[in-house]
Amino acid sequence: MTRGLEARLLGQVGTLTLDVTLSLPPAGVTALTGPSGSGKSTLIRALAGLTRLKGQVRIGDETWQDEGLFKPSHQRAIGVVFQDAGLLSHLTVRGNLDFGLRRAPQPHVIRFDDVVDLMGLSHLIDRKTAHLSGGERQRVAMARALLTQPRLLLMDEPLASLDPDSKASILPYLQALHQTLALPVLYVAHDREEIAAIADRIAVMTAGAVIGVEDIIIAPSLEGRSRAEIEALAQAALDAGLLPRVRS
Amino acid sequence: MLAVIWTTLRLATVTTVLLILVSTPIAWGLARRRSWWKDVLGAILSLPIVLPPTVLGFYLLLALAPQSPLMALLHPFGIRSLAFTFTGLVIGSMVYSLPFAITPIRNAFEAMGEGPMEAAATLRASPLDAFFSVAVPQARRGFASAAILVFAHTVGEFGVVLMIGGAIPGQTEVVSVRIYQLVESLKFDEAHLLAAGLLAFAFCVLMVISILDRPEKTP
Repeated sequence: MTRGLEARLLGQVGTLTLDVTLSLPPAGVTALTGPSGSGKSTLIRALAGLTRLKGQVRIGDETWQDEGLFKPSHQRAIGVVFQDAGLLSHLTVRGNLDFGLRRAPQPHVIRFDDVVDLMGLSHLIDRKTAHLSGGERQRVAMARALLTQPRLLLMDEPLASLDPDSKASILPYLQALHQTLALPVLYVAHDREEIAAIADRIAVMTAGAVIGVEDIIIAPSLEGRSRAEIEALAQAALDAGLLPRVRS
Repeated sequence: MLAVIWTTLRLATVTTVLLILVSTPIAWGLARRRSWWKDVLGAILSLPIVLPPTVLGFYLLLALAPQSPLMALLHPFGIRSLAFTFTGLVIGSMVYSLPFAITPIRNAFEAMGEGPMEAAATLRASPLDAFFSVAVPQARRGFASAAILVFAHTVGEFGVVLMIGGAIPGQTEVVSVRIYQLVESLKFDEAHLLAAGLLAFAFCVLMVISILDRPEKTP
């Protein structure tokens, strides 16, 4: 069996001390959740190579980061979907999709037309990014991330800034993605329904550490809970013998 | 009179093109790095705004004269002096307009933020690639403003060009200096013609800049 992601990251970012060990299987969506300020975005940025932390990051047989090695973002086969989509405003939708595709090494396993179909973008393809709705922007961002031919897909609360209708309209696309992709996906989310709809397993993070990875069966709603409550939940899960049991 | 206008336009064009090329990396460095020397460098680069043009012209004249250490470095290449030459005029104009080129480009780079460069990095663009494919096109309004300001500022300069150019007809004599000389010799009609031309030019420049400064339309 091929390996997925193996990461061990340590470091100080602002007031947060991050100490994360994370292992993801070669396919499937892992929802990363936890209170704000627990280091979820920092972890995403560190895996993407945008924030420099100490440690190791390996994907399959490839090492992105090690004691003497740090590959910058543009040398990592990652797809990143930011909360604000991060579209390049001087380009059209097609320009954004082509940007990563043109720079990705051949052969292109994930093809332009397939992704445009999957994300329902064919009628938007020549639009300027300023003329897109919030939901459309996120679909473009997801398509663009896929076209870079990633080995790891990172999504940092892609639906957080959307209204409930846009959210509901984008979930089917995410589910379609989920069923099509054969690569590890790390997906930061708070919303229980969102997690239930697309994730295979859930990773809970508090105070700079991943305290457990578990299959989706238990997915307590973490929204609106205090850090103490979440820690109590995690402890309860531990006591029940559920956590931590990191699958590979 | 046509020769004077031609010299002026040639000077402004050459200065604008060269200055944009020189200013872009400086503006990028000032916009991206955070450190104490940024303020010092920023202040030095802004000096031409507050210095009297004659002071600037005086130092530039000394620097471009045959005895200067700067020119001594160029002696092996057969260049003895750049004072009272078109090349010297271009160098002087570039120094004089430097802040007018750097400021709008730097502001445009700063307004862009980190986001687009980070997005480009995750799309496999190296920093240099992202600079040309993302930062430069996103800052295009800053470049347009810089180009217009430098061109206009060069057309309008007087003190520096008089000090280091010496108003040699066909080589270093420009419109603003000619107007001064026409007035001195009481040729008011010709002075009127050139002065009105510059006035109209300045008005057009400000119109274009205010159009450029309008925010882009969003639905």
